[in-house]
Amino acid sequence: MLDLFWLVPLIPLAGVAINGLFGRRIKSEKVIAGIACATVLASFIISAGAVAALAQLPSEERHVEIVLYDWIPSGVAHLSGDAVEETATFTVPFAFLLDPLSAVMILVVTGVGFLIHVYAAGYMHGDEGFYRFFTYLNLFVFFMLILVLGSSYGLMFIGWEGVGLCSYLLIGYYIGKRSAGDAGKKAFIVNRVGDLGFILGVFTIFFTFGSMQYAQVFGAAQEMEAGAGAITAACLFLLIGAAGKSAQIPLYVWLPDAMEGPTPVSALIHAATMVTAGVYMIARSSALFALSPFAMTTVAVVGAATALLAATIALVQNDIKRVLAYSTVSQLGYMVMACGVGAFSVGIFHLVTHAFFKALLFLGAGSVMHALHDELDMWKMGNVKKYMPTTHWTFLIGCMAIAGIPGLAGFFSKDEVLWYAWSGPHGHPLFWAVGALVAGLTAFYMFRMYFVVFHGESRMDPHVEEHAHESSRVMTVPLMVLAALSVVGGYIGIPGVLRVGPLAALHERFSLLDWLAPALGGEEHHAALAQGRDTLVASLQPVMAIVQNAEQAAEEAHGAGLELALMLASVLIALAGIGFAYFIYVKMPRRAGELATRFAGLHRTLTHKYYVDEAYDALFVNRVKDAGDALWVVDDGLVDGIVNGAAHATKRSASASVSFDDMVVDGAVNSVGDELTRSSRLFRSWQTGYVQNYALIIALGIFIIISAYLFLGSMA
Amino acid sequence: MEGIGLNHYLLLSALLFAIGAIGVLARRNVILVLMALELMFNAANINLVAVSRFHPDLTGQIFSIFTITIAAAEVAIGLGLVIALFRNRDVVNVDEFNLLKG
Repeated sequence: MLDLFWLVPLIPLAGVAINGLFGRRIKSEKVIAGIACATVLASFIISAGAVAALAQLPSEERHVEIVLYDWIPSGVAHLSGDAVEETATFTVPFAFLLDPLSAVMILVVTGVGFLIHVYAAGYMHGDEGFYRFFTYLNLFVFFMLILVLGSSYGLMFIGWEGVGLCSYLLIGYYIGKRSAGDAGKKAFIVNRVGDLGFILGVFTIFFTFGSMQYAQVFGAAQEMEAGAGAITAACLFLLIGAAGKSAQIPLYVWLPDAMEGPTPVSALIHAATMVTAGVYMIARSSALFALSPFAMTTVAVVGAATALLAATIALVQNDIKRVLAYSTVSQLGYMVMACGVGAFSVGIFHLVTHAFFKALLFLGAGSVMHALHDELDMWKMGNVKKYMPTTHWTFLIGCMAIAGIPGLAGFFSKDEVLWYAWSGPHGHPLFWAVGALVAGLTAFYMFRMYFVVFHGESRMDPHVEEHAHESSRVMTVPLMVLAALSVVGGYIGIPGVLRVGPLAALHERFSLLDWLAPALGGEEHHAALAQGRDTLVASLQPVMAIVQNAEQAAEEAHGAGLELALMLASVLIALAGIGFAYFIYVKMPRRAGELATRFAGLHRTLTHKYYVDEAYDALFVNRVKDAGDALWVVDDGLVDGIVNGAAHATKRSASASVSFDDMVVDGAVNSVGDELTRSSRLFRSWQTGYVQNYALIIALGIFIIISAYLFLGSMA
Repeated sequence: MEGIGLNHYLLLSALLFAIGAIGVLARRNVILVLMALELMFNAANINLVAVSRFHPDLTGQIFSIFTITIAAAEVAIGLGLVIALFRNRDVVNVDEFNLLKG
């Protein structure tokens, strides 16, 4: 199936064509949802087959490119001067690249995407825009697959913009709701800022390396000196792009508002896949980032700061989807931080496990909302576990996974992130400290939500409570599958210190970090580097160097002992967070209010999300509005003035022309006519119009002429 | 007796012509005006034939045949006009028509 993987993005596009063109006429929801789910499932099956085939290849050959056609074949320009002949080419083939990194991504996108499609078929049941929803959702999957499969920055940009468009369409899906439209616009505009950074980064790359294709760019980057200005600039621009798409400081503000969209959208786009595009892009560009220590540190700092900021805001949110949204921002910060400290494959590992448990949590939240009449405020819930057992236990697994309870997916990936935050080549104990604190906060706010929603006294509206029910199987089955993945998903990347006994055997069989190594640099691949390989792999030399350094650093820091100690510490912090949440929200529910009043200032700051939205409004949004007002004044006064003035002048000159026409031209004509009429009055009176009068006059005339003739003739 | 000479014919012709002219000038009905017109034609014809008879030259008689032919055409047009007038005005009196009045 390896040579068929180019079909992976195209099948969902077929779904878009069918549902988009004929969806309105297909009345049956089952057919529409069936088409949409089937296309994604088909993509998943082909992806799985292709990845399985890829895995059969030796690790250094896992790099398959399929060129569909030349997308931009602008060819060769000969700039021939006197002695200089330069050539510049700008060609971008429409080509897909399957390597370990994109393999992981397509499996996550199509796999999680399929589950969410199935769930959405139940969740969106009865919605009048059913076909529209699935068209957008399929379109999103198409663009996301283009993004991860493209073999050049040009193609990635298509996907990048495409998923942004779909995100906008789906956030504003409830077209009757003003807040949804506003949130869609906010997401789109904030993403534009990031996109500008991304495209500037791509331009910088093109001007520096003369190509947009990964293989050529990373190959050429090899020749560059580490810390070169152009590379640092390109990386910082790309970081802005990643901050836009992956909701990092300072562009994270759109993601919480994006929760206005339907919940499956929040799960698929705003948690599991699209928002990880920035992390993917940084990982994909790892060969560049690795050359710029400054950019790496910036990435790590941005990630850590975002993780902390979002986690603190999540502590006080009362809207379940917003808690999850801030949690997503925080976890994305983790991934970005992992990339920033040099552990790109760990970032991707956390991306995968996060996709599982965050999709699960969102779908669980959606299931609760569905049962409780679209209620979002967790304080109007309580004791929901009584009505929704399946949702309850799957949600609990999701919470445990994200909190990092040992044995579940989140534990493994989060622990890897924390370990590299300390020991990575750009790591620092401070990053670890922030990460560990965030882990504690995460555990606290997730379990705060869990306890408030599912335990305690019911605070539901009696009418709502009457109708509370477990969701249908089409919704609960995806929850169960995702719950299972949230449990076992972590075993694809077992931390070094835990590789003992059966876990070591498991590690021998498969490890995501080793799998990603050919694309991103892994733990045991320096040997492969020594041999000549194709340019893409060779270009990863700096990454390999980083990994080597990481291991040395780890050894210096007493290796396993430290890793184990840090792991224990982070687990204890997480457990403390859970315990604290239990203590406050279950044991003595009144303490929450007391704490809020004692730290009123802090509480208010957090509830208002550090006033970031207000600050952006004051700094940018309102300034733009002011500029708009100023331009309006110019428009109204100057532009409209010119136009209206011209119109008035035209009207004036036209009326002058009319009076000239009336008085002078018509006057001359009429006065000639009038004069003729007056002067001809005498002659007119002769014209009686009676034919016999004329005949009489003719006869008389003839008589007179003949008489005169005869008379004069006789005289002569 | 000398019989009937050229002058008799000319006199008859003049009388007929005068009657016709008075009819054309005085009658109100267009049909009668047309008939008076025919009288004037035929007065002229009599003149032509008579003069042709008394001067041995047949040109006048041939000319009168042409005149009769033309007169037939003229009557056809004239009656056509009369019918058109009648259709428009329901009247055939010439004193009803003064559209050319200045």
